[in-house]
Amino acid sequence: MITVNPFAILAENIPSLFLQVFVIVMVTLVIIGTLVDIIHKKNVKYFFNNAKKAKLSATKDLSVGERTGVVLKTIVNDIATTAELGAGKRRVAHLLGMYGTILFWIASVVMIFCYTSNDTATPNMWPIMWHVGAVMTCLGGFWFWLFLRVDVLAEAYPWYRIIKADLFVLALLACSTFGLAWSYTQSLNLENRWDDKVFLTLYIISNLILFGGVYWSKFAHMFYKPGAAIQKNLADADGSRDNLPPLADAPKQFGLGIKREEPKHY
Amino acid sequence: MSTFVYMTRCDGCGHCVDICPSDIMHIDENIRRAVNIEPNFCWEFYSCVKACPNHAIDVRGYADFAPMGHSVRVRREEEKGTISWKIKFRNGTTKDFVSPITTKPWGKFIPKLAEGEKPNEGEINSQRLYTEPQGLNIDGELPSVPKDSFKKGVYY
Repeated sequence: MITVNPFAILAENIPSLFLQVFVIVMVTLVIIGTLVDIIHKKNVKYFFNNAKKAKLSATKDLSVGERTGVVLKTIVNDIATTAELGAGKRRVAHLLGMYGTILFWIASVVMIFCYTSNDTATPNMWPIMWHVGAVMTCLGGFWFWLFLRVDVLAEAYPWYRIIKADLFVLALLACSTFGLAWSYTQSLNLENRWDDKVFLTLYIISNLILFGGVYWSKFAHMFYKPGAAIQKNLADADGSRDNLPPLADAPKQFGLGIKREEPKHY
Repeated sequence: MSTFVYMTRCDGCGHCVDICPSDIMHIDENIRRAVNIEPNFCWEFYSCVKACPNHAIDVRGYADFAPMGHSVRVRREEEKGTISWKIKFRNGTTKDFVSPITTKPWGKFIPKLAEGEKPNEGEINSQRLYTEPQGLNIDGELPSVPKDSFKKGVYY
């Protein structure tokens, strides 16, 4: 199952052009959803106005090289490893989900666009990447969903209490879970038994919800967060620091400091 | 004045919800980010501002007296035991301060009232509160204001 391209088998019954058009429609939905979200929240406008204001209080003019350095460092330190989540379970779960999803999506696109015609064999690495990505997303996502969500971890709500903020993570989990289940049932060769197409249908529906629900879900945070991290580090480098004070430089007289506690008291 | 949250900075960790003495910092049900649900009831303790690990919370001055770019921001470095403040005045003057953290670990230094002496019937019926006047660090009796020294008029 893990080395079989599920889209290639699907393309035996459905024209591969249909699969490719589906992917293009999903990408278009993401773009439209994000643009509507930006227009509605006015967050990008606010973001650039704020950056302009911050520039006025900059104490240092950054050269292009320095800016590039800061951006690259942010990509490596903050974006690629989600450093803002600190060292803990939330970060591990997020990284699992993030890289799992990236692998899953890249492998899906490559397999659908390059390896769904009858005359091309899919190299093993793409289906493996697709399956591993889905498993990673499930691990990170379900860990977050069942144990690490602030509602469950700190507010003691049961894991099955669903709110609007869960739309993104649940749709993502549904995609990966139903994708894996569909791949598995396909490998069983059920030959039009009643449950042959159940998981495929659920997989398609969860994709429609995930990509069609961008405006209502947290999907667009994956575009905003990197931008905010870059702006934050640029503000640190040019001295404006969003009006924050500099790091304390003479702490010895203040004793040993304290350890931050988990927010679990409410 | 009241707190507000920069949504792109917040990661929904819950530190502000945990610390807010007024219990008005909550996790938004639509985006799972922190939000001040009742800005009018914000007492400006700055607890959430200091507790936020991502500096995602700021305090907004009311438009009638703080419209010209003032700013009061704070950075809490637990490992160093410092709280640093940067005050930016409307005329552009800035002042930086560094103070020690005086927070005690959670759950310690709470008076163990259950282990204290039980008040007797007389103390229960008295108008004094438990441990008064010793608990107020007062030697002897509570200070009182003689009634004849009151100004004449209506007291509410």
